[in-house]
Amino acid sequence: MGTKVLIADDEPNIVVSLSFLMKREGYDVLVARDGVEALETIRAERPRLVLLDAMMPRLTGFDVCEAVRADENVRDTRILMLTAKGRDSDIARGLGAGADAYVTKPFSTRDLAARVRDMLA
Amino acid sequence: MTGGRGPGARVLVALCAAGFALFNFPLLVVWDRPGTILGLPPLPVALFAIWAGLIAALALASERGGGRDDGE
Amino acid sequence: MIPPAVVLAASFGYLLLLFLIAAHADRRAAQGRSLIDNPGVYALSWGVYCTAWTYFGSVGRAASGGVWFLPIYLGPMLAMLLAWIVLRKMVRIARTYRVTSIADFIASRYGKSPALAALVTLITVVGIVPYIALQLKAVAAGYQVMTGAEAAGAAAWWTDKTLFVALTLAAFAIAFGTRHLDLAERHEGMVAAIAFESAVKLGAFLAVGAFVTWGLFDGFGDIWHRARAVPELGALLRLDRGGGGFGHAQWFALTLLSMLSVLLLPRQFQVMVVECVDERHIRRAAWLFPLYLLLINIFVLPIAIGGLLLPGNGSADAETFVLSLPLGHGAPALALLAYVGGLSAITGMLVVETVAVSTMVCNDLVMPALLRLGVLGAPRGSDLTRVLLSIRRGAIVGVLMLGYLYYRVAGEAYALVSIGLISFAAVAQFAPALLGGIYWRDGTRAGAFGGLIAGFALWTYTLMLPSLAKSGWIGGDFLARGPFGIALLAPERLFGLTGLDNLTHSLFWSLGVNVALYVGLSLARAPSAREASQALLFVDVFRRGGAEPVFWRGRARLDDLRALATRFIGPERAGAIFADYAAELGVPPAELRPDARLVDRVERRIAGAVGTASARVMVASVTREEPLSVEDVLEILDQASQLRAYAHALEEKSRSLETATAELRAANEQLLSLDHLKDDFMSSVTHELRTPLTSIRALSELMLDDPEMEAEQRGEFLGIIVSESERLTRLVNQVLDLAKIEAGHGEWHNASVDLRALILDAARGVAELFRERGAELVLDLPASVPPLWADPDRLTQVMLNLLSNAAKFVPAEKGRVEVTLAEEGGNLVVSVRDNGPGVPPAERASVFEKFRQGGDAASRPPGTGLGLPISRRIVDHFGGTMWLDSEPGQGACFAFRLPLAPATGPGGKENGHEGADRR
Repeated sequence: MGTKVLIADDEPNIVVSLSFLMKREGYDVLVARDGVEALETIRAERPRLVLLDAMMPRLTGFDVCEAVRADENVRDTRILMLTAKGRDSDIARGLGAGADAYVTKPFSTRDLAARVRDMLA
Repeated sequence: MTGGRGPGARVLVALCAAGFALFNFPLLVVWDRPGTILGLPPLPVALFAIWAGLIAALALASERGGGRDDGE
Repeated sequence: MIPPAVVLAASFGYLLLLFLIAAHADRRAAQGRSLIDNPGVYALSWGVYCTAWTYFGSVGRAASGGVWFLPIYLGPMLAMLLAWIVLRKMVRIARTYRVTSIADFIASRYGKSPALAALVTLITVVGIVPYIALQLKAVAAGYQVMTGAEAAGAAAWWTDKTLFVALTLAAFAIAFGTRHLDLAERHEGMVAAIAFESAVKLGAFLAVGAFVTWGLFDGFGDIWHRARAVPELGALLRLDRGGGGFGHAQWFALTLLSMLSVLLLPRQFQVMVVECVDERHIRRAAWLFPLYLLLINIFVLPIAIGGLLLPGNGSADAETFVLSLPLGHGAPALALLAYVGGLSAITGMLVVETVAVSTMVCNDLVMPALLRLGVLGAPRGSDLTRVLLSIRRGAIVGVLMLGYLYYRVAGEAYALVSIGLISFAAVAQFAPALLGGIYWRDGTRAGAFGGLIAGFALWTYTLMLPSLAKSGWIGGDFLARGPFGIALLAPERLFGLTGLDNLTHSLFWSLGVNVALYVGLSLARAPSAREASQALLFVDVFRRGGAEPVFWRGRARLDDLRALATRFIGPERAGAIFADYAAELGVPPAELRPDARLVDRVERRIAGAVGTASARVMVASVTREEPLSVEDVLEILDQASQLRAYAHALEEKSRSLETATAELRAANEQLLSLDHLKDDFMSSVTHELRTPLTSIRALSELMLDDPEMEAEQRGEFLGIIVSESERLTRLVNQVLDLAKIEAGHGEWHNASVDLRALILDAARGVAELFRERGAELVLDLPASVPPLWADPDRLTQVMLNLLSNAAKFVPAEKGRVEVTLAEEGGNLVVSVRDNGPGVPPAERASVFEKFRQGGDAASRPPGTGLGLPISRRIVDHFGGTMWLDSEPGQGACFAFRLPLAPATGPGGKENGHEGADRR
């Protein structure tokens, strides 16, 4: 059984591209369309890594990140935050919330794939 | 101006002029006649009645207190 | 008859009671709980106007002259109508400048002239001493009636009860009238005793009146009825006396005279002006006092006529009816009460009058003389307060003894009987200088001098001398034939003026010449600087409100001022002046600088003790003053008013500064929030741009990396890329569009628009979209609507936005969108209603904000989140409004209203063009 990776984003076209990318890299892909769904999936499926969009309906990526870090069972989940907002304050907030890495959209697919590999190594 | 509200200056001057007219020739002569009012002589009664009327008017003007505070 | 011992006991017992009342009131005043600080007591104290001349004399005059006793009380009624205007101004001036007597008042007004003060004092003494004598005579007469004793004149002076009464009153006046030196600190004890006496005399007189009217007769009607049977008595109730017709000139003269006297008699000035606790009390006292006069006069005619109707009484005895009627008709207790009432009238007048006159004599005759002699002139010396008090006490005894002497000499003479009106005429001479002085800025010292001297001389010649002649003291020849046989100069027919009674004649000449000289001389020569400055201070006293200018320039030494003040008002009060002033300026007392304001303050306080004229001399003696010219006075006044104007302007400025600060703060907050909004907007735009770019880049890279990708996969990716590119384009266009509209640079091509046709076009434009979504579009349009003046392309944009929005949110297959158009009161209203999920209440307020899209990204139809904000701004631009009606579950209804005559709207430039277009 491959490594589980959760893609949490509310933009369907981005989910399409990320799924394709992760599958090509050989991971098992899970998808969540909003923050709440993302958190549920993390707790239920225990993915090794989450590609977490910062701006999602119902629960933002930052909130999800904090909730994960506060939950003993899933605390070790690797989190890579993706955001379309490029402000320094957003990056700081993401890292402050406990994300392991932070990538701004649009991203290079090769770089992203390398980052994910590193984080799962 | 300070000193509190009081009766308006114009009202007082008008009252005084009216008083002067009522208490003097020729208006006073109107009451100077024989006969009686309610068994009393007309002239003293008129004098005291006008007097009381002026006091009442002044009291009203003063106590109503709605006038301006005229300094002059 | 009542035993002399009883009468004496009652007299001195009553005087003792007065002492106790006065002492109590003084104690209360010292505790700060004033007994006299109310309008009622204030008005009662004015009752000192009614002396023995009223209490006994009115009945006497009524018995011989009928209603002619009345004008003396009608005048005060008329004066009181103006009290709030005139008296209040006098009180304010006296309070502000520490004026303590009528002589001081007039002298201060005309440049603090010592000579003028002395002249006024002289006139007062000459006019008032006989009046005091009249009161003393009444004491003797009353005692005589009560005890049946021999005429007082027959007794040797050392056994004369009248002398002892006079001395007792002197003691009273000294005890309660000269406690403090600073007269501006009123005499509460004396005023309380006077008010009490006014109440007693009114009560006693009313009691006697009631006794005569209802005890001896059967009411008013009975008295009149019986009087009509006697022709002489019937005549008393008519204006005509002595068959000469109504002497209306004399009636008028008496009214005017008493009107002036009630303000100008020294005792009236004392109780009304000097002893006034609070000028607001004038308002009520002004009508209570005439009421008092009315009450005390209401029984005068009944007593006079009743007394004459009773057997054994002639009009010669009428002056003592008040005593003799109860005494002769079995009511000795009432007679004793009436006697005490009479004593009240007498003692009240004597005490207040002597205190008032002695103040003038001390401050305006004795003090200047001593200053001139150099007795007090040394700038540094011992505490003079005791000396001053002694002078004043001596003056009280002196004035009373002068009155007593006059009484002993004049006795029953005519000069005493008629003195009431003669005194009135003397003090009436003050009227032009005093009343003119507080209302007419141009009145000068020369005018006041000329008027007073001429008026007093004419009064002496036409009224006083004839009264002396009628008493037989001087030859009466000159009355009939004129001095040296010159008929034109006959005192009672001066320059051949006949047809007037002697009082009216005298008043005509003395007041007439007085006024003429006052006005004439005032206008003839310009006033000195000091006169001009005092005139300004007096006339404009109400305008200054405590910030009056100080007309003094020069140099002073603090030590000199302190020493001077200490000498005249004692170390405690003097120290207080300097300490208070230092506290006001907020400097330590040691660093106090003797500026003009301090000098002025010291001078005013000393004036309270020794009078303004003497105070002026004293201050001048210890300072080095620069003489002021009239120009200087005007300059100081100018500075003062400039200062006031500056203060005013400063106040205005600080107020507007506050407003400006508040506005700036508000603007800053708005800017901050605008900045924040802009920041948010940029962040949102960035987000919206990056999101499609992300898909495009990622998918492109994936395809680039994998040339072997399946065609189907590749096709899907390319489709997404194309649609995301379209999204980008749309976004860029709309952001630019919105920015232009918001910046006011939007392009508007206005034309006449048929909104109905426009909606139909828009509906055709979205028909394909609705078909795709399986939704139904229903149009509910009237046959025609009036044309609008607007940009048709923009309105089409709005319609398309609303319709496509609605199409996005209707449920699949069963969607239904309804468009209505209606004309409502000068507006066209368009609504677009869908049957979608509606907008939750929480989001309703924000649907018109930028980048707020309904639903979530996955399920919602593609959109930029800028359509509604742009639509709303377009509608706003044409002066309309756009709003949302929505109930959750009932669908949403977006509507807008456009005025048919779009007069105004945001974006002024375009409106200007539109305005031009319309013309």
